[in-house]
Amino acid sequence: MNHTETHPSFLAHHFSESEQQRESAKLGMWIFLITEVLLFSGLFTFYAIYRSWYPDMFINAHQHLNVALGTLNTIVLITSSLTIALAIRSMQLNNRRQTIILLITTLALAAIFLVVKYFEYSHKFHLGQLPGKFYTFTGIKGTNPHVFFSVYFMLTGLHGIHVIAGMIAIGWVLRRTINNHFSAEYYTPIENAGLYWHLVDLVWIYLFPLLYLIG
Amino acid sequence: MSGNKTEVEKNYLNDQKGIKSWLLTLDHKRIGILYLYSIMFFFFIGGMSALLIRLELIRPQEVIVGADTYNQLFTLHGAIMIFLFIIPGIPAILGNFVLPLMIGAKDVAFPKLNLASWYVYIFGSLFAVYSLVTGAVDTGWTFYTPYSTSTDTSVVSMTLGAFILGFSSIFTGINFIVTIHKLRAPGMTWFKMPLFVWASYATAIIQVLATPVLGITLLLLIAERLLGIGIFDPAMGGDPVLYQHFFWFYSHPAVYIMILPGMGIISEVIAVFSKKKIFGYNAIAFSSLGIALVSFLVWGHHMFTSGQSEFAAMIFSFLTFLVGIPSGIKMFNWLATLYKGSITFETPMLYALSFMFLFAIGGFTGIMLGALSVDVHLHDTYFVVAHFHYVMMGGTVMAFLAGLHYWWPKIWGRTYNEFWARIAAFLIFVGFNVTFFSQFILGAKGMPRRYYTYLDQYQPLHAFSSVGAFVIGAGFFIMAFYLIHAMVRGKRIGRNPWGALTLEWTTTSPPSHHNFEEIPVVKNGPYDFDRIRVENDKWIYKEE
Repeated sequence: MNHTETHPSFLAHHFSESEQQRESAKLGMWIFLITEVLLFSGLFTFYAIYRSWYPDMFINAHQHLNVALGTLNTIVLITSSLTIALAIRSMQLNNRRQTIILLITTLALAAIFLVVKYFEYSHKFHLGQLPGKFYTFTGIKGTNPHVFFSVYFMLTGLHGIHVIAGMIAIGWVLRRTINNHFSAEYYTPIENAGLYWHLVDLVWIYLFPLLYLIG
Repeated sequence: MSGNKTEVEKNYLNDQKGIKSWLLTLDHKRIGILYLYSIMFFFFIGGMSALLIRLELIRPQEVIVGADTYNQLFTLHGAIMIFLFIIPGIPAILGNFVLPLMIGAKDVAFPKLNLASWYVYIFGSLFAVYSLVTGAVDTGWTFYTPYSTSTDTSVVSMTLGAFILGFSSIFTGINFIVTIHKLRAPGMTWFKMPLFVWASYATAIIQVLATPVLGITLLLLIAERLLGIGIFDPAMGGDPVLYQHFFWFYSHPAVYIMILPGMGIISEVIAVFSKKKIFGYNAIAFSSLGIALVSFLVWGHHMFTSGQSEFAAMIFSFLTFLVGIPSGIKMFNWLATLYKGSITFETPMLYALSFMFLFAIGGFTGIMLGALSVDVHLHDTYFVVAHFHYVMMGGTVMAFLAGLHYWWPKIWGRTYNEFWARIAAFLIFVGFNVTFFSQFILGAKGMPRRYYTYLDQYQPLHAFSSVGAFVIGAGFFIMAFYLIHAMVRGKRIGRNPWGALTLEWTTTSPPSHHNFEEIPVVKNGPYDFDRIRVENDKWIYKEE
């Protein structure tokens, strides 16, 4: 029996073939993504309930978010989704160098997103547009405007944590790509990091209109 | 068998030595054992606090602890038993050990994730222990607002612990779903899977779908305490009842995370100890999924008196009755399996029958509490306490003990003393009924739950209940003794002491590191006792 053919080095002992391993890893990732959606669902419920209770206040408060920076960040994240998808394709074509470049680009875009977010946050900190009992801003009409910023900071904060987690995942597969762990036959971890990154992107695609755009 | 000697010598327990080989193991069986030790440790702590609670309640005046300590004790008991024992108990110990064996796999799909789930469990439990040491939480295990946001005990570290434990639960759930989908042995079709696997599958789905919602709820609670975000605080425009909605959206399905794997064990044990093909295999399998589905639609029945609309309460009441259907389907199918079976009464079967008796009472009183008018009278009384102990302890713990005794010989390759095991089973069954049946009466007479003191008229029943608790304690003490004795000195047994037909009994006891000498090819159903009988570990096909 040809040992290398039946048991490539990346195949764990409890799988009988690499296709089974690949499908398992992807199924596991998809289930994990479902848990992430449900984690955010609690905050989306928070948003929906308080928006229905204080509609006028939500409309007044959302005008204090910076739509230009939000749009910029949306473009940055969508582009990063494209670059990581291309990174997977490059690995499928066995182009390791290009994969590395694209993964680094994705990381850079994620970093840009966080930097922009940092400027948005520090501006709000400066004005006292803070969640709950730390809210000191006075320029918003309506009942309980601090609740809007509780929703805003919880949603964007949890999303920001996910951006950082995604960057760690991408950094990890980047390292493994540099160390030559992947090939056209085996690139599941890059694919899974990509799936995760798309989810992080997708959550923002919902956050952006709900917080910044809806009047 | 001639190969017996070498088989005993080379198995998952002794093929590697040293503490490192345990702490870094990726073997699902060893991880099951790690979970066994840690979960049993917390079961012991939770049990001891239960005994202290019952000791204190033996009379209305102070017996051993003051009122504040009492509040902390019942929170300790509830939080530890729920989050550290009963939710992970069956899936993480028994599921980890037998599920891959049952479907003919070498391991779970993600062994590293499996080990990580144990470390996450330990990490989360450290937070829980920390909050107990540094000023115990006194909110009850439900952490209801507004009290939980205003008490000065360590709510943050306790809820953070529960949040972290949620990840452990999710990891196990993901592992089981993928393992069941992708790692079944050749010939192991979905409808040849043992019913414990079906039940674990339904459980895993709930774990994956419900736990994240608890996660975000607890995060919001922490944010409320640390940042005062106002979501649950009426003074800031928030709503404390919203917390209850969020909490029970997880915690009601979590009740089925606790009971479903137990029902899976009962399906195995009832069939094996009746030596009869299980009645209504498909019905039992699908009723597990049915329970999983309905479990997400009934959370409002915890809030009948919390101020939700009457219309919502009516809908939740109706949906609650629906849970009775799949549960009833299971009960009737088990009963029908017993009918004209060749029943034997070894210890696992004693616990399985205890389960059926006690779960029937727990289930029926659940329907009573699901009825609006009755619940308004009985809510927050000892009737509720008795009800969920009949379901959780009479149900899940009895099933856990059935499974523990059923698979103990497989896990260690050695068996326990049947005589003492039966004594313990008897003590636990009797002690349980003494403890908790009296609480039904107490509750119906108006004794409110979680109270430190009470009117003198309740004293005799309280004392009666406390005596029962110590009888249970005695039963568990005996059990600990003979189970530990079995691990080291027990009588060695062969592959298949019970004559069961599921795959875990076709391999050695204890199994080798890779579970099977070669991956089995499945041709028979898991309960084909009408065609096959087992003699001396060999399958004998009956004449057609």
